[in-house]
Amino acid sequence: MKYVLKDIANVIRSKNAGPYELTLDVLLRDDEMFTKLQQADIINKNTIARLYRIPAEDVLSIVYFPNARAIKATIVRPLPSGAMGERDVYGAQQHAPLVNFEFEL
Amino acid sequence: MKEFRVLSPTGIVGYGFPEESFLRGVAQNPDLIACDAGSTDPGPYYLGSGIPFTNATAVKRDMAIMLRAACQLNIPLVIGSAGGSGADVHLAREVDIVRQIAREEGLSFKLAVISAEFDKDVLVEQLKAGNIEKLGPAPVVTEEDIRVSTHIVAQMGIEPIMKALDDGAQVIICGRCYDPAAFAAPAIRLGYDKALSLHMGKILECAAICATPGSGSDCIMGYLNEDHFCVEPLAPERKCTPTSVSAHTLYEKSNPYILPGPGGHLDLSDCVFTAESDRRVRVSGSKFVPEAVPSVKLEGCRQAGCRTISICGNRDPIFIGQVDNILENLKKRTAENLSADFDYELDFIVYGKNGVMGALEPSGQITSHEIGIVIDAVADTQEHASAVCSVARSTLLHYGYPGRIATAGNLAFPFSPSDIKVGPIYVFSVYALLRSQDPASLFARTYELVGRDTP
Repeated sequence: MKYVLKDIANVIRSKNAGPYELTLDVLLRDDEMFTKLQQADIINKNTIARLYRIPAEDVLSIVYFPNARAIKATIVRPLPSGAMGERDVYGAQQHAPLVNFEFEL
Repeated sequence: MKEFRVLSPTGIVGYGFPEESFLRGVAQNPDLIACDAGSTDPGPYYLGSGIPFTNATAVKRDMAIMLRAACQLNIPLVIGSAGGSGADVHLAREVDIVRQIAREEGLSFKLAVISAEFDKDVLVEQLKAGNIEKLGPAPVVTEEDIRVSTHIVAQMGIEPIMKALDDGAQVIICGRCYDPAAFAAPAIRLGYDKALSLHMGKILECAAICATPGSGSDCIMGYLNEDHFCVEPLAPERKCTPTSVSAHTLYEKSNPYILPGPGGHLDLSDCVFTAESDRRVRVSGSKFVPEAVPSVKLEGCRQAGCRTISICGNRDPIFIGQVDNILENLKKRTAENLSADFDYELDFIVYGKNGVMGALEPSGQITSHEIGIVIDAVADTQEHASAVCSVARSTLLHYGYPGRIATAGNLAFPFSPSDIKVGPIYVFSVYALLRSQDPASLFARTYELVGRDTP
């Protein structure tokens, strides 16, 4: 079956984790879907690299956090917060590629 | 062991909080009022320039309510990362506000002021001694990076705050500080578990953000015991649930299980979050793993020139269809028209295309009927930055692109003047770890009896 991430998540957000990293949080609505996603490894380093068009080594970590039904991905910021050419000082509007992320399960 | 109660009024001193929530907390006889004031989130400007990102009037309002209550209850008040960035200049503004309030309200207390700013020679020595370490994706720090920085601070841990309490201080204003330290240090000093104290501090430092509905500007109470702690928001319309509290652990952190800080990391892998009531959550199982040689995080910024910008828009489908080419050519034309004998950077932020995500934007197509353009010019002086912006703006206004039919001008300016002088700008220049066997010695403490010598 085909899913769109925004239909199964309560929260999809991005934020700085310090000036050099960007962290992406997806909080799912229910435990069952969280477990399915984790078991099928739907969101992994390659998924994030593809969605953000960055090398997989710039995806620093993917953590599944059952307490909050959360998946957290942390990436290297293309430019540090506040650098010349940088676009989002707080990093709070970098979540969009995840919102309409489609996958089969 | 008696329960240790911590009242956290707001996420950042100066963000405000409802006095009603605060008084509900005061009525529960807290042992400590603590509040954090800092973040690197607003970017490098505030540390670099020494200008606080919080407003003095708003800070005074929050500080007065907290000071009054701390004096009335005779309990400590600890403020972390004064003025947002926590350099000495930020600290000085906060201390001035504290003195002013004490004078106006007839309050008296022993005040400790803890500096987090570093002398450059001292840091260069530390660098040469191999005590400065690379941190994550941030670049390796060089002597040059240290020398050109305007301000370099370190995030203090619990040690200097504990020493200030040992020396009898009741009100402690800290420079740059690890957010949870202001909340945890007084409890750890009294023998409470370090991991639980720090983890509770980690949750409390954002005030009621961990509640549902969450708020960074409403009060929350922490209840610390021997083998667990609880948190509960003070506004009746909010509640904490195991999900809301555990989800907060994710916020602004790269890993929700391992939270590094001064001297070691919190390991939350075995944490248990349970509902104590329908609005109070109990947390246990937090662990602290100390480092062999304690570290503190350094943050420094340097000036990166001056900026002038111009904001404009375009509503022409023929222009929008070739905007990439036009702006690419414009960079060349600006260089030709300017013949600059100075270095500069010229950038165009195109809203409607990739203005928000830049290089990370997956959709390269413009689907909007209009676009917004920010011309961003940075050079060594304000005059030079303004010259670059001015030439780029006038060249773009009249640029003759292929197929142009709107021959009177390419840009709609919302304002006159069209160009805005932003002033000096800053970038992060030092972001690294400093190792020290005696972290308390890195942070100078000064004391003052406030209000006792005034007639």
